[in-house]
Amino acid sequence: MMEHWIIAPVVLPAILAPLIVLWMRYDLVTQRVASVIGMLALLTLAIALLVSASGNPPEVYRLGGWEPPYGIVLVLDRLSALMLLLNAILGLVVVLYAIGSGWDRRGWHFHSLMQFQMMGINGAFLTGDAFNLFVFFEVLLIASYGLMIHSGGKARLKSGVQYVVYNLAGSTLFLFALGTIYAVAGTLSMADLATKVAQMPAGDSALIRVGAVLLLLVFAVKAALVPLQFWLPATYSNAPGPVAALFAIMTKVGVYAIVRVYTLIFPITGTTDTLIHDILVPAACVTLVVGMVGVFGARDMGRAVTYAVIGSIGTMVLAFSQFTQGATSAGLYYMVHSTLAAAALFLIADLVRERRGRWGLALRDAPLMHNHGLLAALFFVAAIAMAGMPPLSGFLGKLMILDALRGHWWLWAAILITSLISIVGYARIGSQVFWRSYAVKDEETPELREDVTAPALAFTATGGLVAALVAVTVMAGPVSTWMQGTAAQLFAPAQYIDAVMGGAEARAQEAARIGAQDHGHAEVIDHMAPADRAAEGASQPQTGHDAPASH
Amino acid sequence: MEVLVASAIGVLTAAGIYMILRLRTFPVVVGMSLLSYAVNVFLFASGRLVVNEPPILRDGVTSYTDPIPQALVLTAIVISFGMTAVAVMLALGAFIEAGDDRIDLDAQEDEQ
Repeated sequence: MMEHWIIAPVVLPAILAPLIVLWMRYDLVTQRVASVIGMLALLTLAIALLVSASGNPPEVYRLGGWEPPYGIVLVLDRLSALMLLLNAILGLVVVLYAIGSGWDRRGWHFHSLMQFQMMGINGAFLTGDAFNLFVFFEVLLIASYGLMIHSGGKARLKSGVQYVVYNLAGSTLFLFALGTIYAVAGTLSMADLATKVAQMPAGDSALIRVGAVLLLLVFAVKAALVPLQFWLPATYSNAPGPVAALFAIMTKVGVYAIVRVYTLIFPITGTTDTLIHDILVPAACVTLVVGMVGVFGARDMGRAVTYAVIGSIGTMVLAFSQFTQGATSAGLYYMVHSTLAAAALFLIADLVRERRGRWGLALRDAPLMHNHGLLAALFFVAAIAMAGMPPLSGFLGKLMILDALRGHWWLWAAILITSLISIVGYARIGSQVFWRSYAVKDEETPELREDVTAPALAFTATGGLVAALVAVTVMAGPVSTWMQGTAAQLFAPAQYIDAVMGGAEARAQEAARIGAQDHGHAEVIDHMAPADRAAEGASQPQTGHDAPASH
Repeated sequence: MEVLVASAIGVLTAAGIYMILRLRTFPVVVGMSLLSYAVNVFLFASGRLVVNEPPILRDGVTSYTDPIPQALVLTAIVISFGMTAVAVMLALGAFIEAGDDRIDLDAQEDEQ
């Protein structure tokens, strides 16, 4: 029964979004209610799926009953369940914040775009088919284009154009990569690919290596790894605050894809050897340095947070690039932490921007603002978490990563030195934005914007993220044990492959048995369910899929 | 035929990349379209080039063309069409807001 719930995180927002556009178009209150209910439902679903995934081997949902590798499958394992939960938490917080701060009033269709965004992200986390991953990437991107330019404005539209063009180029590259891989392996189902690539003779591996590296480039664009990070600072700092907070998970979609594809299809022990590891380690190191130096050098608070996102991507990819179980579980913990922390910082930056009037987020002397002390406290906690200082989760995450990187002294140096640089950066931002205001006497406190709906709700949403950070810290023991289980599952890809590919034989027999009992079996042969047809095809020596590779 | 298809993909890709690197939105959008044409032809080629054969898998049929890349290309065409439309609308919006169609951000705008 659990099986059918796997597709619910995709279907639910897919139904809700058009309803919001078509049915509640002119009624913002209904839109808000529907959106919050949708997010709560997603959160409930995500928790249920997480509970289900932590006790079971990967579960598979075959769309339309088509047997893999012909049909598209959704696969729920611990990693995808974790990402679903993270996405659901962020989605709920962002919707609440958007309602509270009045952002959803400043343009059209915020709530329906949010639902489409959720659909795309959830689909990307769940899918077990490489081409379907491309499709869901496009769904989440097209929704993000709409969210990015929400409420318009010159700077936002111009950086929106850059964002779109950069990602369109990335999508084209994705198709080139998929074409290359299909030409060699004759399949795009991830589990089937994993088997085919593993069986590939070393002599034929040149083209599949090209495919693997092309795919890595695509995921690096999404994850904003140096040298493909240029789109991120302008996009995130010009996006509306709540949207930027949601985008904190968008880069993690890229990271997720890296973890998934290079543990399952191109593992370090397989045909492509250490190829991916050799590229990722220096890229992650440079990303780390660029990000943290960016935090230090930024001239405005929003910019600094975008660089903090880049830096955290560097840190977690450094952990994932080791492709060991310990480093991966540390990286997963850090990923959860840094997504929450980055989202919290984006929301805090937005609260500050709304209250600082004409000073915006620039690091200049400005008078005291409304809720000054509360904002300072929130920033203090979130910055400590993001920088990785004790006692919060950032410190624990970095400690676990350092522990997993024992023996690589220069990676230790990179992480520790950049952490110091970023701490100085946050201290500079905090003292400029919050402390120096006390010395500004000759300016009035800027007026609050008039279109703010419920500031208390906006603060509650932001506080919720900070509370989640504290929870991740307090629960560090159970959480990291759970992450170890997840990493163990990732490094036993046979489980995943079995769940997808196995069982086809058994189902074919079952279908044959039912077919034999069926009275009019001979007449209905032409109307067989797709599953039966595919199963029948699979039980014969299939020519179709292997043929292209042997031409 | 292989030479023809391969060089067509190459020329389209090269022209597309050149256009994407321009500084105005119009050439960039045209470049994106060229790139997506290139990748569509490339996807066809990934199923091997076969002429005059049915794209159907059936018992007893020995020569056919691979149907999967055709399905992939169809999806890719639809998606790239939609994406190009979005890019055009955005570029138009930016042009109307900003009064010029430059694609780069100058330092001042970038800081806002």
